[in-house]
Amino acid sequence: MTTAPSATAPQKRSFTSAASVYVNERTSIAGFVKELGRKAFPDHWSFLLGEVALFSFVVVLISGTFLTFFFQASMVEVHYDGSYVPLKGVEMSVAMASTLDISFDIRGGLFVRQMHHWAALLFVAAIGLHMLRIFFTGAFRKPRELNWVIGFILFILAMAEGFTGYSLPDDLLSGNGLRIIDGMVKGIPLIGTWTSFLLFGGEFPGTQIVGRLYTLHILLLPALVVALVALHLVFVVVHKHTQYAGPGKTQQNAVGPPILPIYAAKAGGFFFIVFGVLALIASMFTINPIWNYGPYDPSPVSAGTQPDWYIGFADGALRLIPPGWEFVWLDRTWSFNILVPLIVIGIFIVTVLIYPFIEAWVKGDKREHHIADRPRNAPTRTAIGAAGVTFYAGLWAAASSDILATHFSLTMEGVIHALQAVVILGPFVAYFITKRVCIALQKKDREIVLHGYESGRIVKLPGGEFIEVHQPLDEYDRWKLVSYESYAPLMIRPNARGKITVGQRLRASFSRWFFEDRIAPVSKGELESGHDTHH
Amino acid sequence: MAQDDHSGAELAAADSSHAAHDTAVSPGTAVITADSFENPGFPPHRPRVTDENPKREKRAQRTVYTLFYLSILGSVWAIAAYMLFPMESNDVGAVRLNNMFFGLGATLALLAIGFGVVHWGKAIMADVELVDERHPIGGSPETQAAAVKVFADADRESGFTRRAAIRNSLIGALLVFPLPAIVLFRGFAPQDQMPVELLSHTMWKKGTRLALDPSGVPIKAADVTIGSAFHVIPEGLQDLEHGKLEEKAKAAVLLMRLEPSELNPAPGKENWAYEGIVAYSKICTHVGCPVALYEQHTHHLLCPCHQSQFDVANNCEVIFGPAARPLPQLAIEVDDEGYLVAQHDFTEPVGPSFWERN
Repeated sequence: MTTAPSATAPQKRSFTSAASVYVNERTSIAGFVKELGRKAFPDHWSFLLGEVALFSFVVVLISGTFLTFFFQASMVEVHYDGSYVPLKGVEMSVAMASTLDISFDIRGGLFVRQMHHWAALLFVAAIGLHMLRIFFTGAFRKPRELNWVIGFILFILAMAEGFTGYSLPDDLLSGNGLRIIDGMVKGIPLIGTWTSFLLFGGEFPGTQIVGRLYTLHILLLPALVVALVALHLVFVVVHKHTQYAGPGKTQQNAVGPPILPIYAAKAGGFFFIVFGVLALIASMFTINPIWNYGPYDPSPVSAGTQPDWYIGFADGALRLIPPGWEFVWLDRTWSFNILVPLIVIGIFIVTVLIYPFIEAWVKGDKREHHIADRPRNAPTRTAIGAAGVTFYAGLWAAASSDILATHFSLTMEGVIHALQAVVILGPFVAYFITKRVCIALQKKDREIVLHGYESGRIVKLPGGEFIEVHQPLDEYDRWKLVSYESYAPLMIRPNARGKITVGQRLRASFSRWFFEDRIAPVSKGELESGHDTHH
Repeated sequence: MAQDDHSGAELAAADSSHAAHDTAVSPGTAVITADSFENPGFPPHRPRVTDENPKREKRAQRTVYTLFYLSILGSVWAIAAYMLFPMESNDVGAVRLNNMFFGLGATLALLAIGFGVVHWGKAIMADVELVDERHPIGGSPETQAAAVKVFADADRESGFTRRAAIRNSLIGALLVFPLPAIVLFRGFAPQDQMPVELLSHTMWKKGTRLALDPSGVPIKAADVTIGSAFHVIPEGLQDLEHGKLEEKAKAAVLLMRLEPSELNPAPGKENWAYEGIVAYSKICTHVGCPVALYEQHTHHLLCPCHQSQFDVANNCEVIFGPAARPLPQLAIEVDDEGYLVAQHDFTEPVGPSFWERN
C-alpha cells in the first residue's frame, strides 16, 4: 500500500521541473526536501493547539504591519478632527487620534485593527492551552526540556507584546493600565522610583512612553518572538514530534502521515481556518472601542475596568493583598502590597519554567521519551498541574472581583475573601481531587485490561444467577492501556563514600511524594492468572 | 498500512519502552519488568469511504472545488463591499456596515480555502501513514568525539585555557564594556530633573483656587451642598502650556461636604476643612488610579482599579483593599470672595508609594 505515485520521467521538461532545477542548483534545496518532505508527522487534535498559536501570530504580524502604516506613536496633543462626531474637537494625543482614524476614516481599518487585537488574544490563549497540553502529557521530558523553556519564554513575550500593544492607543483604559504599571514599578525597592522616571521619560505620564512602547512592540519584541518561534520549530524537527501510545508506536519511531502532501495540506488549510475564524470574529464583534473611553486623563476612570484577559492574573494578585502591607523601615518605604504579588508571581513563573528539570531530577531517568503520557498515568504531575491551574484561575478571577460582586450582588469584601481562599487553599483541594481521580482512572484501566469491558449482554446462568458478560480487549486496545511508564520511589543508598547526602534525602522524599501510590501497568502474567481465577 | 523500509523488522524487535541504543542509559527509578506486554504492531489498515466508493470520492472532489470557487466569490464580495459601503457620512453605522460586509467576504474567502484544503487532505489524498526511525538526539559517539576534538584543538591552538592572563583579562573587559551603555539610559529622562523632588510637590500652593474638572471654573464654598462631591483641579491647570497631564496626575482632588459633626479630623488638621468641606487627593496610594467612586451615605471612597476603600469621615483611612496609606488631605479655606482655596501644598507626596518616600 506504500505505493507513492512513481515519478514518471518527463520527456519534455515542464516549467515546474525547470524551475526546481534552477532553484536547486543555486540553493541545494533538494537535500532539504529529501530530508523533510516525507517525514512522518504524528497526528492528534491536541497537536493543533501549537499550530493555532503559530497561525494567530502570523495573523498578528500581517494585520499589525498594515496598522503601522497608519498609526502614529506620538503623544503630541492635537484636537481631534476625524469622522467620529462625539469626540470632535477633543484634545488627545496623536496616537489616539490616528487610532480613531484607523477605525473611522480608513475603510477596512477597523476590521484589521479588530483582527489584530482578537488574534493577539487568541495567540496568548493558544500558547497557554498548548503549554497545558505539553505539561499534562509530559511532552517536556528529555530531550525536550529546553524547548519547554523556549516556549515558556514565548508565553511571557506574547504577554509583553499584548500589553505594549494595548497601551499604544493612549486611551483612558490603556492609560490607567500604564498608571498601574507605574505604581507597581515605583513600589520596587531601591530602583523603582528611578526605573519609572526613566521609563516614562520624566514624570508620569510624560510624552515618551507611547513611542517607547511602540519600538518595543513592533521591533524588539517581534524580533525576539520570531527568532524564538524559529528555534522552537527547529527543535520540533530535530526531536521529531511526540506521539501518543498506540499499537505499532514505539520510542524509536514516529508514525503519521507524511509532511508532503497530507500534513502540509492539513496544516496549510488549518492556517486559513484560523485566519478565517479571526476574520469572522473581527467582522462581527467589537473589541477595545477606545472611542467610548476617550483620551487618557489621569482624573476620570470608569467602574468595571478590565485588562486584556492575559494580564488578569497579575491584576488579580494585586487586588488580593489585605490592607496595610506597607511600612517605613530604615527611612525607606517597603511596599509589600506590591512586592508580594510580584514575588509570588515570580516564584510561580520560575517553578513552571524549571518543572521539567525538577521532574527529571526526581526520576533520574536519562532516556529519551517520545511517547506522550496519558495524564492519568502520571497522577502526581497531573495533580500538580491542576493545582497550578487553580492558583492561576483564582488570581485571574480576582481581576474581575468588582464585576463578580456587582453581577452576583455579593459584597466586595466577600468576593475578595473567597478568592483569597481559592488562591491559597484551592490548589491543595485541586491537587488531592485530581490525584485521586487519576489513580481511580488507572485502577479502572487495570480492571478493563484484566476483566474486559462491560459488553451490556446479560446472561442467565443455569443456576439462576445473572451475570453481565465482560468482553476481553483486543491486543490493540489493550496496548494503549498497558504501555505506560511507571516509576517506583527512590531507595536511599549511601554513596561511594558511605554517606547519604542531603540532596539524596531530598530527592528521595520528592520521589516518595511522586510515586509512593503508583499503580503498576498490568503485566502479561497478571492477565493470564487473572483469567484463570475469574473464569 | 504503508511503512518505510525499517518498519517491519523494527517493530517486531521493539519492546514496550525504549530503544536498544538506550540500554546504556540509566532509566532512573523507572520500573522495567520482563513480564510486560509486547507491542502488537500496527492494526490492520481501514480504508476510508472515499477509497471504496467512487461516488463518494467524486462527491468529495466536488465539495473541494466548490469551496475553492466559494472562496473566490468571498474575495470578490469583500472587494465589492469595500466600494459599496463607503464611510463618508460621519456615521458610525456606515463604519459598522463596512466592517461587517468587508469582513464577512474575507471570512468566506479564507474559511473556504481552509476547509477545502483540509477536506482534500483528509478525504482525497492517498491515506498514507509513514514510519520514521528516531535516532538518539545526541548523535553517534563518533560525532560527539569529533566535536570534543574540535574544541580541544581550538583550545590548544588558541591557548584559551593555558594563557590564563589573557583569558581572564578578556573576561574582565567583556564584563565592563556594557557599563557605558547602561549609563546612557540616564538620558531616558530629562537630565536636570530628579524624580523624588518632582514626586514631592504638586501645583497646589497657598491661595490656589479649587476649580471644577474639567472646565476649570473656580468653586465657591456656598455651592458645595451637604452630600455633594466634586472632581477638582487647581485653577490654572487648563491653561498650562506643558505638563498638563503630569500636573493633573498629582494634583487631582476630590471635594466632599459632610456634616461637620461627622468628621473626625486628626490632631493638627482640625482647621484643614471648611464647614464640613474636605479635599483629598484623588490619586490612590496603592498604584495611582483615580479614586473616583464616592458612596454618599457611608462617606466611603472606592478605587475602581483594585477596590481599595477609604473612609472620608476618618481622614480617608484605608478600610479595605490593598492600599496601605490614607489619601493625603489638601488643607482648604475660603478667600475673601468666597472661593475655596488651598492653604498650602499637600504635606506629603501624593499617589503610589515609592522607595525614597518616608
